[in-house]
Amino acid sequence: MITLTDFLVVSVALFCIGLYMVVSKRNAIQILIGIELILNAAILNLVAFGKYDKVNNSGQIFALFAIVLAAATTAVALAIILNVYRRYKTIDPNEINKLKD
Amino acid sequence: MTLVRVLFYFLSFIAIVSALFAASSKNLVRSIFVFFVTLFSLAGLYVLALADFVAVTQVVIYVGGILVLILFAFMLSGKETLNVLQKQEGKFLNIKKLPAIILAVLFFIVLVNVVFKADVNNLPWVKDAISLKNEVTPTDIMIDNIGVNLMTRYLLPFEAISILLLVALVGAAHLSRKEGKA
Repeated sequence: MITLTDFLVVSVALFCIGLYMVVSKRNAIQILIGIELILNAAILNLVAFGKYDKVNNSGQIFALFAIVLAAATTAVALAIILNVYRRYKTIDPNEINKLKD
Repeated sequence: MTLVRVLFYFLSFIAIVSALFAASSKNLVRSIFVFFVTLFSLAGLYVLALADFVAVTQVVIYVGGILVLILFAFMLSGKETLNVLQKQEGKFLNIKKLPAIILAVLFFIVLVNVVFKADVNNLPWVKDAISLKNEVTPTDIMIDNIGVNLMTRYLLPFEAISILLLVALVGAAHLSRKEGKA
């Protein structure tokens, strides 16, 4: 049987890859992918622990909530990215250094 | 070594390798499509954790929704996006990326240590759940239980998240409108 530790190690690896993407990438879309990886690592943890709660299903239900939240986050983030692109003609976070006026 | 274990190692290998590839690829489109593979193998891992409903939701929302949104953002943001990527040439082990790699590796070491120190397989509540038969077994069908719980015990978070989703979508539509009017 697969133990909890196995799931946690996989999710730790995914979290660290996501962290690397968020820190090092110079493109807002790839940073967004990194954030999604981190969220998925968290969801994997929720699901793995949710196995031991058959009556209330708290792990699985909060995993569903996290997926829905991720969808909302992505929609807003992409709208912001499109606005930034319209204003600066680039989505490199290093070059975005001015406010509106 | 049972078949379940083999499948688990296979799926987690695919998930981690494709995530690494998405992180190291210099081609943005390729990194988006490899991320697709990561999401699918994660859905497989959810099935192995006996959460089939979450796995289906993952496929529907993540693969069907979020990935298409990301592709849209990529296509609407012009070819300058690609130029930025071409500029950062060099190998994976770029000197500029060294701090990020060190940070990620140190985080990995610390977190793996935490996981093994915490000894999650012998947590008191996990042992209680196993002894009280409160553990999901592969033959259980959990979907109806999830539906009942969602509408009774977790009704308040459910409503809160639906309002949040509405607000976020209205906000996204407002942010992405054409400038000039109002």
